[in-house]
Amino acid sequence: MATGEFAAHEAHAHAAPQGFIRKWVFSLDHKVIGLQYYFLALTAVFVGMFLSLLMRIHLIWPSVSLPLFGEIKPEAYLSLLTMHGTIMVFFVLTTAPQGGFGNYFLPIQIGAADMAFPVINMLSFWVTFLAYIVMLSAFFVTGGAPLHGWTGYPPLSALPSAGPGEGLGADLWVISIALFCIGALMSALNFITTTLDMRARGMSLMRMPLTCWAWFITAIFFVPLVTVNGQLAGHKGGSPLLWQHLFWFFGHPEVYIAILPAMGLCSQLVSVFSRKPIFGYKAMVYAMLSIGIMGFMVWGHHMFMSGMSPYSGFAFSVMTMAIGVPSAIKTFNWLGTLWGGKIRLSSPMLFAIGFVSLFVSGGISGPFLAQPVLDIPLHDTYFVTGHFHLIMGVASIFAATYYWFPKMFGRLMNESLARWHFWFSLVGTYAIFMPMHYLGMAGHPRRYSQLTEVGFLHNLLPLQKFITYVAFITIAGQFIFLFNLFWSMKFGKKASDNPWEATTLEWTTATPPPHDNFAGRTPVIHHGPYEYSVPGEPRDYVMQTDPLTVAVR
Amino acid sequence: MTILTSAANSSHDGLQQLEMRLRRARLGLGVGVLGIVMVFVSFTSAYIVRQGLPTLDPRTNTLVRDWFPLPLPALLFFNTGLLLISSVTMELARRQVARFTTPTRAASIPNVFAGREGTILWLALTAVLGLSFLKGQWTVWREMQASGFYVASSPTSSFVYLLTGTHGVHLLGGIFALLAAGATVLFRRRAESRVVVLDVTAWYWHFMTLLWVYILCLLEFAR
Repeated sequence: MATGEFAAHEAHAHAAPQGFIRKWVFSLDHKVIGLQYYFLALTAVFVGMFLSLLMRIHLIWPSVSLPLFGEIKPEAYLSLLTMHGTIMVFFVLTTAPQGGFGNYFLPIQIGAADMAFPVINMLSFWVTFLAYIVMLSAFFVTGGAPLHGWTGYPPLSALPSAGPGEGLGADLWVISIALFCIGALMSALNFITTTLDMRARGMSLMRMPLTCWAWFITAIFFVPLVTVNGQLAGHKGGSPLLWQHLFWFFGHPEVYIAILPAMGLCSQLVSVFSRKPIFGYKAMVYAMLSIGIMGFMVWGHHMFMSGMSPYSGFAFSVMTMAIGVPSAIKTFNWLGTLWGGKIRLSSPMLFAIGFVSLFVSGGISGPFLAQPVLDIPLHDTYFVTGHFHLIMGVASIFAATYYWFPKMFGRLMNESLARWHFWFSLVGTYAIFMPMHYLGMAGHPRRYSQLTEVGFLHNLLPLQKFITYVAFITIAGQFIFLFNLFWSMKFGKKASDNPWEATTLEWTTATPPPHDNFAGRTPVIHHGPYEYSVPGEPRDYVMQTDPLTVAVR
Repeated sequence: MTILTSAANSSHDGLQQLEMRLRRARLGLGVGVLGIVMVFVSFTSAYIVRQGLPTLDPRTNTLVRDWFPLPLPALLFFNTGLLLISSVTMELARRQVARFTTPTRAASIPNVFAGREGTILWLALTAVLGLSFLKGQWTVWREMQASGFYVASSPTSSFVYLLTGTHGVHLLGGIFALLAAGATVLFRRRAESRVVVLDVTAWYWHFMTLLWVYILCLLEFAR
């Protein structure tokens, strides 16, 4: 595997492009492409958040007339719901951790000068961008955005007569998803080839940072996943049940794909800021692999409601419970890493711990829903909404932003603003989504746009009001982040090359990294990625490129 | 999968470079091919599951079987022949280019054409055969429509259109790859670029042929 790697670096020692277009727009540089993905996700998350705010407003003040929008009709509420879900799942949770940070840091962390196929990498971004534009354009066509939810169940999604937005809007939705999948496939192809073929000398697979493992595994599962979604086109004269099976065969792994990079990032940060080696490196790798594999066998748990055979239901239920095992392994390993560590509570660490907390809280309700007997009453209620919003790993994206911002932009983000943002987000997230579990157990259906006319929901309205108020506050908190992000780019404190005293390769190179990542050098790796607090070493960390010493081999 | 067995004659670095690029390109192609395979695996499973599913007839309110096998036009088999021949010409083009760097491997190939002209000729022939195949598939669609089988006529016919259409689109991608390969052969001076591009194009093309044979078998035997 290692032979020819040097030639690789010579071949990639291309000169940095000069013109604005080649440098920032149609760039072949994985770092610029990573930033492009990141900022795409950033705009998407604010759009998605804005849509959710409109929904929350409509839920508690159904007849209020908003400036620019007027009154939100029930159909429009369903459109908001669909577009919020689709944009958040595809263009935020899948795009930011994998496309954004993965593109930027995977090649650097394995010691490569670029991705294996830079042109394909560029195309993957622009196809994703196109998908995003097509998705947003659904708002502006006749009939408006589709209202079939991000799951697109037929017959609602298949018949233009089902409602406004189910004509052209639904077509645009399908085209956008198909484009997104093409972009994701090209990106996955790059991730896999790069990881397998372009690692620096000494960077064995088991010396890769867990972030790289996460991106790599995610990419592997992306390949079968997004192509199965080609089924979207194949649904003519078909059966709604078949669609559900196929959709969830795609949709369930898709949400795991959102969580895997988040897990990798969290593992990295917990180790760096506890100044301890990650607890059970190999267990972490195998846990991620098994989560990825098992993610393909549990799709049926979204369909207990469909009247499936109790035997299938039982099998899916058991598989779903079993996926809790590797998830628990990861959680215990994070806790084991924290235990007895010299914890530094910097903002990336706060968010990483926040991620663990949210992951546990959101994960605990998983085994409830995994049982058909409980899922049938809970499935179409706010219980599920609470469950998946808690678990989706957004905290990890923030953590990664605070962690890598100094490397990407050469400056540190403001720490006090980051703390404010953290507490707003953590408390806000819990205050919004924990009550939803209660709403669900009280029988409150999700997806309904009108609550006021239903008798038994009337008593729950105060809770809905509370959620909306908190949503306002939490969203306000996100503007702290936005301000901090752009303000720090210009006015943040200058960062050194290794401000967090971490060991992985991105911290050995200049800040921000030069065009070919290592300025013509080819790093040689002597250590694993988590050599912290090694006895007998002068510093409490050993860089992966540090020469061999007596203390560490 | 090393294609370069001896590195003694030419510059060692150049060969190592070529081997590295070839390995990387093939790895990337392999991942892409895996993706396409998954598309057709899922189509196959949907095809087979759908055969067994009854549909509700709204008039009688009963479950009826609506899967009727569709006779395959004979032209499909003629098209298959075209595609198989195109794979042979593609392979000749690939070996023609590969021989410049690997004299031992390509020695057994009859030296019909030599040099770039020969490669271009084989590539052009492949492209023409590929386009004829697509034209033939189009004619098959027209024939099916003439006999009343449209995309939405029955679940069977929509699967036939879906499978042939998806394959056609991917083959069209192969034609574009052929054009790119032709341009590389004509304008790229570095032999190794020619080898890599030709190699990847050829394997993709063979995969397309194999995939088509599979689809034909599926339509012929599993109905």
